[in-house]
Amino acid sequence: MNNVVLSEELSQISRLFLYASMAIYTFAFLADALNLASRASQNKDARARATVTEKAGLFFLIFATVLLAIGVVLRAISVARVPWGNMYEYAITGTLTIAVIFLIARIFVKEIQFVSLLISGFALLTLGAATTLFYVEVASLMPALQNYWLIIHVSVAVLATAFFNIAAALSVAYLLKTAGWVQKSKLAFVKGMNRLFGSFPADNKLERLSYRFNIIGFILWTFTLIAGAIWAERAWHRYWGWDTKEVWTFIIWTLYAGYLHANATRGWSGKRSAWLSLVGFAAVIFNFVVVNLYFKGLHVYSGL
Amino acid sequence: MSSSQPSNSRDIEIDSPEIGIRGWARWFWRQLTSMRTALMLLLLLAIAAVPGSIYPQRSADPNGVKQFFEYNPDLAVVFDNFQLFDVYTSVWFSAIYILLFTSLIGCVVPRTKVHYAALKSQPPAAPRNFARMPAHQIVKSRKAKVVEKAAVILRKQGYRVVTTRTAVSAERGYLRETGNLIFHFSLIGVLVSVGIGGGLSYSGQRVLIEGDTFVNNLAGYDSISPGTFFDENQLTPLSVRLDKFNVVFDIRNETNIGTPLDFKALVTTRIGADGEPVQGQIRVNEPLELPNAKLYLTGNGYAPIVTVRDASGEVSFSGPVAFLPQDRNYTSLGIYKLPDAKPKQFGMIAFFYPTAADLETGAKSSIFPDPINPLLTMNVYEGDLGLDDGIPRNVYALDIEKMTQVAGGEAKAAALQLETGQTATLPNNLGTVTFDGLKRFISLDISYNPAVGWILLFALLSLGGLMITLLVPRRRVWVRKTEDGFELAALARGDDPTLEKVLNDLTDEIKKAKIE
Repeated sequence: MNNVVLSEELSQISRLFLYASMAIYTFAFLADALNLASRASQNKDARARATVTEKAGLFFLIFATVLLAIGVVLRAISVARVPWGNMYEYAITGTLTIAVIFLIARIFVKEIQFVSLLISGFALLTLGAATTLFYVEVASLMPALQNYWLIIHVSVAVLATAFFNIAAALSVAYLLKTAGWVQKSKLAFVKGMNRLFGSFPADNKLERLSYRFNIIGFILWTFTLIAGAIWAERAWHRYWGWDTKEVWTFIIWTLYAGYLHANATRGWSGKRSAWLSLVGFAAVIFNFVVVNLYFKGLHVYSGL
Repeated sequence: MSSSQPSNSRDIEIDSPEIGIRGWARWFWRQLTSMRTALMLLLLLAIAAVPGSIYPQRSADPNGVKQFFEYNPDLAVVFDNFQLFDVYTSVWFSAIYILLFTSLIGCVVPRTKVHYAALKSQPPAAPRNFARMPAHQIVKSRKAKVVEKAAVILRKQGYRVVTTRTAVSAERGYLRETGNLIFHFSLIGVLVSVGIGGGLSYSGQRVLIEGDTFVNNLAGYDSISPGTFFDENQLTPLSVRLDKFNVVFDIRNETNIGTPLDFKALVTTRIGADGEPVQGQIRVNEPLELPNAKLYLTGNGYAPIVTVRDASGEVSFSGPVAFLPQDRNYTSLGIYKLPDAKPKQFGMIAFFYPTAADLETGAKSSIFPDPINPLLTMNVYEGDLGLDDGIPRNVYALDIEKMTQVAGGEAKAAALQLETGQTATLPNNLGTVTFDGLKRFISLDISYNPAVGWILLFALLSLGGLMITLLVPRRRVWVRKTEDGFELAALARGDDPTLEKVLNDLTDEIKKAKIE
């Protein structure tokens, strides 16, 4: 650690790859939007043969993710360590993880492809915020972070976030599809939307898919919490101290525990549990943005 | 928690006098242990935890609480009445999690009994109408001994199997409920160990300058927060001397200059009154583990060595004093109190700059954390130090209310400025100050919690239970011989998207199976 060599030039090249990936994510977003729009006017089944726009959307999504992966790897080389030592790095690594998990999950569960609009949109948003607002020059890790637990604790947290994110996207689709105002509306635009939602997987299928992503997210989050406590015991001389980040980790855990119970409670599965899934993910985002930037605490690693 | 719903209040005749207190108690208990209540309490707990992240907490940020009281004295008193500065030990937060755990116990204990009975019972007989099951298939086949073959295959796959002459009933996934119970009981284990550990543990702080020795008794601590059942005799007799504190700051990488790369404290420890001296080291992520005590490196800074002489040349103070770092380049603040100085007592507020540079405003600043160009400046105050009235005073603060500044600021004499080895004369015939040299100090945290191992064990058990209960499928499968083949059905508890596939695979295997 005493002879660390950092390279800001390389980090700037990495940033160029991120900009390029953002451009391609924009194409992916547009292609997905076009695809959904044409579905809204044609009333096709989600499992019908892939259209040209749909294929283009997938191609752009893969291409953008490859560019993003190169950007993240270059950043890792430029700082000579894992690329999640501050908010900027966490954001780009997190986006990459979400995109990769989505692409992998898409192979096994074909039905989730119709939320790819939300995934490319989310990637654009976080990368935009990261490159413009969160960027920090190359820096080494403070001694408190120089530990293998950084690799375990943070990477699993990123992975959990990716699963929660996809589950939340499915919950959004479920809520839109089952919303009374969408089904009853006389507006042509909303009618088109309704036609589009008709081509989505069935209600209970959406609900179950979201549940399955959330339970994996919840297991990973439980691990994150325990790993964090083990590390805190070594680095901060207590396993739990209600630091702001610890508080929010606990809140998120409790919300998703509530979500799991809701799924087994009569009258709470369906819409209410879908809302809980969204509230849980909102807390994840809050924990990343607001707690990192505005709250006092020991986890002040934003570098800003 | 119990998935069976509690009886709705409408089911009980509320006006009926027969219900009595026991009836009400039972009703209340059923409500409390219902899944819906658990869900509500979980959501309530999440909401109740929020204020603790918004307002400073005495446990995590005592200075923040002090500041809140200074800036909003009226509001602070109101908040304090609602325990908003002690959220996680407050009555209302405790009430929620105690109710939650009561609900949990009331739910998992009866479920354990039910599950125990289920473990010993046989899978239920095949239903009359297979078509009503969520997965159902009819297969035409001329194979013989279908029932026997299915039983063998299902047993191999880990099903518990019962056969009749014409049908097989099989069930698997009892582990799902076992995992669920392990998860919930382990959470109780975590809570109990946290409680016991909190009572038996202690945590103390000590600032240690290079060359100094920490002796593990109450007097050896600058501050200590013991648990309820802590006893002074718990402190193992041991001593720790700080031989040297090594620091590496980055000076090569342009964007990273001044960032600490490594902190390492080299220490000599002795266990017991006449134990052998043992060399060791403490780093930020590597506490030193001694019997019944873990030593953590939590902070560090500079301790300039200064000698103060009065006008006659007699030494009134000599030695290192720990300065508190104020920024990442270790601009540090130190306090000197000289109650016995002649002709009168005085105090000094001193700043230390490891690598001093002039700001455009003319003020001094440190531009690098290592001592490349060390500079010590001092403002001098005459008057009552407030040490004679028996009230304990903070050694890191000088109360200048009853004192007059005689050097620095608005005073006639300028602030003293000393480089290493230099001597300066104090105003008003107070004597001289010499900056002899520099040492470093570390902040040590000495902690002991006998329950951490138990907490970790239960936490990992709960994680294991959680994985089992969420990932192991529980399902029943039936196979029945028909006139021209066989019929299959499957039923899952909870979400199981693979039921159809299970039946397809089973059909294939039955068709392929060869049994004598």
